[in-house]
Amino acid sequence: MQNFIDAYSWINLRFLLEGLWVTIYVSAISVVLSFIIGAILGFIRYMKIKYVSAIVGFLIDVIRNLPLLLIIFFMYFGLPSTIGVRLSTVNAAIVALTIFESAMLAEIIRSGIGAVDIGQMEAARSNGMSYLQAMWYIILPQALRRMVPPIVSQFVSLVKDSSLATIILLPELMFHSQVIYGQNTNYMIPMFVALAVLYFIVCFLLSQLSHLLARKLG
Amino acid sequence: MISILTTYWPDFVEGLKYTLSASILALIGSLIIGLIFALFVINPLKPLRVIGHVYIEIFRNIPLLVVAMFFYIVMPQFIPHLDGFTAGTIGLIIYTSAFIAETIRAGIESVDLGQMEAARSNGMTYLQAMRYIVLPQALKIVIPPLGNQFVNLVKNSSVLAFLAGFDLMYQGNLIASTTFKTTDTYLAVGLLYLILTMPLSYFMRYLEKRWSQGTAE
Repeated sequence: MQNFIDAYSWINLRFLLEGLWVTIYVSAISVVLSFIIGAILGFIRYMKIKYVSAIVGFLIDVIRNLPLLLIIFFMYFGLPSTIGVRLSTVNAAIVALTIFESAMLAEIIRSGIGAVDIGQMEAARSNGMSYLQAMWYIILPQALRRMVPPIVSQFVSLVKDSSLATIILLPELMFHSQVIYGQNTNYMIPMFVALAVLYFIVCFLLSQLSHLLARKLG
Repeated sequence: MISILTTYWPDFVEGLKYTLSASILALIGSLIIGLIFALFVINPLKPLRVIGHVYIEIFRNIPLLVVAMFFYIVMPQFIPHLDGFTAGTIGLIIYTSAFIAETIRAGIESVDLGQMEAARSNGMTYLQAMRYIVLPQALKIVIPPLGNQFVNLVKNSSVLAFLAGFDLMYQGNLIASTTFKTTDTYLAVGLLYLILTMPLSYFMRYLEKRWSQGTAE
């Protein structure tokens, strides 16, 4: 018990919260970027443009089937020797997370749009709407309702996955907890409890957002 | 990249062995635990339902790395000689079982309720009806997502690299740090992962398409 009281001293807690802030900061930027890129890629794949869609689709499948950890390693250790660009840990983490998650989101968005009945598009077009109008007013609102739960759970994955960036010493929550229990092994269990609780709170709140959005759209 | 692959081929094979065994062991373990918790969640008994929901919510919302590191760093205090591979595999089992439980639950719930009622009114017990009527029908719906979970397992088993688990990622890092040919090594590692994951995920997509056509909406 004393271990817990000592481990949760204000200095340690503040250090953990600083880590949590980096986790949230990196995740938030990656969420926004990967949503934009994922939507564009998902669209390209959905539209079946000759060659382009097939190539984009293949690249998406390649990234989806690689471990995120490998992509993180590559962005941090591989890029300098490949193209001579050295990213900071924060940027490497954001780039790796964005690449990986936008491939995941592209697939969710493509299949979400694809799941809307083709008749909807045909009906809208024969009522005189242009392709873009039909997409924006008819197809997307219906697809969005279906896509919200998987998209939000992908965002939850992103927050959890950001912990992998510990390996390139990104000063996020997991890394900060390791620094604390590295100083005193008695703090190991309290730190893991804190990690579990903090990640759970962030991810659980985020996943509740999905229900809220679903109700609003539904 | 070719020269790295040929020079360090034995190391890559060693890594592949550990990656595959961790993934397969974790798949079997998490299928069993996932099925148990899925049955908890749909159970008529409320305490079991609560336990099932709590387990699933907790492990779906905590990073795999935290779970795996817990078994690698904390558990050896209580269980001596817990090596990185075992700790990582246990972590994978616990983490993945929460997702598999959700998948199986959704599969079971998509089977028409009338099936259970009909089986029960024909004199079967709850467990018999579940075993002989509901689960076989749920299986077909559940197989493609479970296959995708296996793909995830292969990818996620790369956390073993954090725990000295000798998997593909771990070997790749060793090779990268001894040869300094980081790009080539990571490309080779990526290629090997893709050989494991791509065919399976394409096959699952094919099954999904084929079986969803069979059960036309």
